[in-house]
Amino acid sequence: MTDWIDIGTLADIPQRGARTVQIAGEEEIAVFRTGDDHVFALVNQCPHKKGPLSQGIVHGHSVACPLHNWNIALKTGEAQGSDEGCTPTVQVRQEGGRILIARPTGLKAAA
Amino acid sequence: MDFQNNAGPETANEEDLFMPSDDVREHLVVVGNGMAGCRAVEELLARDKDRYRVTIFGAEPYVNYNRIMLSPVLAGEKSFDDIIINSRDWYSENNIELIAGDPVTAIDRAGKTVTSQSGRTMGYDKLLIATGSDPFIIPVPGKDLPGVISFRDMKDVDTMLAAADAGAKNGEQGRAVVIGGGLLGLEAAHGLSLRGMKVTVIHLMDTLMERQLDEAAGWLLKSALEARGQTILTGANTDSIYGDGKVEGVRLKDGREIPASLVVMAVGIRPSTALAREAGLEVNRGIKVDDHMVTSDPDVLAVGECVEHDGNVYGLVAPLWDMCRSLADGLTDQHTGYRGSVTSTKLKVAGLDVFSAGDFSGGEGCEDIVLRDASRGVYKRVVVKDDRIIGAVLYGDTADGGWYFDLLKREEDVAEIRDLLIFGQAFASGGGALDPKAAVAALSDDAEICGCNGVSKGQVVACIEKGACSLDAVRATCKASASCGSCTGLVENLLAVVLGDDVQSGPKTMCKCTSFGHDDVRREIVAQNMRSIPEVMQKLHWSTPDGCSSCRPALNYYLLCALPGEYQDDQQSRFVNERMHANIQKDGTYSVVPRMWGGLTNPRELRAIADVVEKYDAPMVKVTGGQRLDIFGIKKEDLPAVWADLNAAGMVSGHAYGKSLRTVKTCVGSEWCRFGTQDSTGLGVKIERMTWGSWMPHKFKIAASGCPRNCAEATIKDFGVVCVDSGYELHVGGNGGIHVRATDLLCKVSTEQEALDHCAAFIQLYREEARYLERTAPWIERVGVEYVKQRIVEDEAGREALRARFLYSQSFSQDDPWAERAAGQHAELHQPLAPIAIAAE
Repeated sequence: MTDWIDIGTLADIPQRGARTVQIAGEEEIAVFRTGDDHVFALVNQCPHKKGPLSQGIVHGHSVACPLHNWNIALKTGEAQGSDEGCTPTVQVRQEGGRILIARPTGLKAAA
Repeated sequence: MDFQNNAGPETANEEDLFMPSDDVREHLVVVGNGMAGCRAVEELLARDKDRYRVTIFGAEPYVNYNRIMLSPVLAGEKSFDDIIINSRDWYSENNIELIAGDPVTAIDRAGKTVTSQSGRTMGYDKLLIATGSDPFIIPVPGKDLPGVISFRDMKDVDTMLAAADAGAKNGEQGRAVVIGGGLLGLEAAHGLSLRGMKVTVIHLMDTLMERQLDEAAGWLLKSALEARGQTILTGANTDSIYGDGKVEGVRLKDGREIPASLVVMAVGIRPSTALAREAGLEVNRGIKVDDHMVTSDPDVLAVGECVEHDGNVYGLVAPLWDMCRSLADGLTDQHTGYRGSVTSTKLKVAGLDVFSAGDFSGGEGCEDIVLRDASRGVYKRVVVKDDRIIGAVLYGDTADGGWYFDLLKREEDVAEIRDLLIFGQAFASGGGALDPKAAVAALSDDAEICGCNGVSKGQVVACIEKGACSLDAVRATCKASASCGSCTGLVENLLAVVLGDDVQSGPKTMCKCTSFGHDDVRREIVAQNMRSIPEVMQKLHWSTPDGCSSCRPALNYYLLCALPGEYQDDQQSRFVNERMHANIQKDGTYSVVPRMWGGLTNPRELRAIADVVEKYDAPMVKVTGGQRLDIFGIKKEDLPAVWADLNAAGMVSGHAYGKSLRTVKTCVGSEWCRFGTQDSTGLGVKIERMTWGSWMPHKFKIAASGCPRNCAEATIKDFGVVCVDSGYELHVGGNGGIHVRATDLLCKVSTEQEALDHCAAFIQLYREEARYLERTAPWIERVGVEYVKQRIVEDEAGREALRARFLYSQSFSQDDPWAERAAGQHAELHQPLAPIAIAAE
C-alpha cells in the first residue's frame, strides 16, 4: 500500500518552478509545478552529474538542469534529445488543493 | 511615416490642373490606387517604363497598400508600414503622379476626361478603371447606426481598434458581432478577439466559409474557433440591428438578441461598378472586359475585382495578377490575352491552415478521396473526375495544396498515383521524394509559390539565379513570401535547390520555439509595446506553451531592457545563478562574492567575510581574477543569512553570477604608483558605482589602468580605460575567454567625466542592440567597430541619449538584491517544502 505524504499546497510551489522536500534518510526530492499547473516529483538529481534539478528552468513538462542544460522529462525522468539517462520519479497526486507524494522506498538504491 | 496625405487631396499647383503637361507621351490615368491598379502599372513599367505618363487617383489618403494584410494589422501582428506595397519613393522614382484622398466621381468618355470629388478635371488618352469592390451591406433595419462598419480599408481597422480600446478602458470586455462567417468575417473576428473583445460570429449558412470549405472542414474550423472563445452561430439569420443613436446589438430572426457595441458586416463584396455604369460602359455583374481587359470603350480598360471576364467575377488576388499581366501586354502591343483563372485558396484563417481549389461540390462522375486524422486535426479531400483532379479541400495540413493545384491546373492524369494521392506529393511521387526539397524541385515552372503576390516557381528561380541568395533578397526582388509568409518554407527550399550550399541563411532563430531571430523579436517587442513573456509568445506565435531554457531568459532580458522600472522580472525565467544571486557549484552549493568597489576593501569588510566563513563553515575562500573574495560551499538555505551578515558590514552583491556588470578591476594609479598618470583607482570606483546592478545581454567586465603598462589588463575587458598623461584612452570589445580578443580603441577623451559618459553610452548601446548571451567581442565583430564609433563618438546627441537611458534604467536597478532576500523576499526559493521533519519508518 502506498503511503501518501502531504507536503503542502499548489500555491507553495512557484508556477514554472520547484521546491524540494527532504525526507529523513532519503534522497532529496524535487516537486515541480508546470505552467499548466501539473505537479511532478523527481529525485533532485540530474542523471548526468547530479545537478539539482529543482533549480532548473521548467518549460512545458520538462526541466533544464542548471548545471549543463540537460533536459529532463518531468513525467518519466528521462533525459531528452541525444542525452541518455533517467532520474527516478516519485508518485504525486493533488487532492483537495493539497499535494501528496508517495513515500519513497529505497530511492537511494535506485538513484 | 510618409504614407498619409494630411492635406487631403494632393495640392498640386493650379497650373497643373488644367494646363496640358509638357510631357507629350500618352497619358494613362488610373482610377484606383489599390492592389490591382498599382500592380497593373508595375507590370506596364516592367515592359516599357517610358511609354506612358501615369497618373493614379486613389480614394483613400494612403499610398498603395496590401489590402489582404489588413487582418494582421487588426490582429496586431503587423503595422501599417509593414503592409505598404509601394512607398512614395516608388511613385516619384517612376514619375507617377499620385492623387490620394480624392476619388474620381465622373468619366466623360466623349471629352476623354475624368473629374474628381474635389472638382479637378484631367484628360486621358487611356483610362484604367481599378475600383475594386464595395462591401455588401445587408439591408436590415439599423444598418446605418454608428458602430456598424464593414472590413475593407484602413479606416475600418481604426474603428475596430478604437472599439476594442473603449471596451478595455471601461474595465469590461467589449462585445462585437461579426455578420458573415466567410474568410473576411473570421479574420475580423479573430483580430477583435485578440484585441480583447468578446466576439460572436453570425453566419447565415450551416457551414463556415462554405464557398471554400466543405462541411467537414467547416466543422473543424468552427470547433477550433469556439475553443478559442469565440461564439459561432451558424444557420443564423439577421433580423435587425438595434440601438438608440448607436449600435447596441443584433437581433436574429428567431428572436435571439446579441448585445454588441460594434457590428462588422462581412457578408461579401460586390464589384464597384457605379462609375463605369454612369459613364455608359457595358456593365453586367462587373464591368465587362475582353481578353485584353478592354471595356466596351477601346480607350477605357478595367482590371481587378470590378471586372467581369467571360461571365466570371473574381475576388481573389491570383486572378488579379493574371489580369494585370494581360493588360500590360495589351498596352504594350503584345497581345497575349487573358484566358480566365482557375483559383485556389490557401489561407491562414485565424492562424489555422486552410486550402481549397477547384470544384469540390461533388456530382455525377466525381469521386472523393478522403483522409481524416482527428487527433492531429487534419482533414484532406481530393475530388477526382475522369482520372483528373478537379478539386481539393485541405484543413490543418496544407503542405500539399500547391501540388494538388498544380496537378489540377495541368489536368494531369493521376490514375497511376491515385492510391497514394491523398498522402501527398512526397509519398505519391514514390519514396525518394520524401525530401521537401525534391518535392519543390518536382513542381512545374508555372506552379504558383506565392499566392499573395502571384509569383510562380519559375519567377522565384529566375530571381535566385540573378543573384538573390537569401530569403530576404528574394523577398526584396520578386516579393515571393513577402506578404503573409505562408510560403516561406517553399521559397527556402527553392533557394536550397537552386544554390545548394551557397544559400545565405538569414539570422538564426532564437530557438526551436520560434521562427523569429533575436533581432526580430526585440524589434517587435518595442514596436508593439509588448509587456510580458506570455504576450510575446502569443503575438509572435511561439510553438511551445511556455518556451524553453534558451528563449525565456532572453525574453526576460529584452523586456527588462525595453521597460525599465515597469517590467515585472520573472524569476522562473532566470538561470539558477541569477535567480539565487549566487554561483551554483558542481555539488549544488553556492559561492558568494560581495562587491569590493574597484578592488578596494577595508578591515571591517574583511572581518565580516572572515566571520561568515567561520560561521557557515565555508570550506574555501579564494581571491578572484576580478579583485575580490569568493566564499565557497554555502547552502541555498543559508544564503539569506550570509547576505544579511555581509550587508551589515556595508557590502552588497557583487553580481559575480549575472549577465550583468561584474567587476571593475583597477591598478593603484597616480595615488601610489611612480608610473601612474591618473587616478585609475578612483576612476574605477566611480565607474563601478555608476554601472553596478545593470542587467546586460551577457557578463560585462571593466578595468581601469593608470598607465600604458596596463597592470589592470584593461585591453582584454568589455570596456577598458588606459590612462595616459593627456587623458584617458577608452577601449572596447576585449575578451580573455576561450578566444582571446584584444580591445579596439574607441576614442581618447581628456576628462574623467567624459570617460564615464562614454562608458555609460557604450553599455547602453550594447544592452539595446546585442543579442542575449552575445559578449561585446562577438557583437563588435558582427556590427563593426566603425559602427560603434559612429554611435558613441561621432554622434554626440546620440551618445547623450544613450547615456541618459542608461542612467534612467540604473535608477531602478541599484537596489541590492541580497538585502531584499535577507529581508525575506522569495523565501520559497531558499527553503524546502514541508519543513516538518518526516521520520522514515
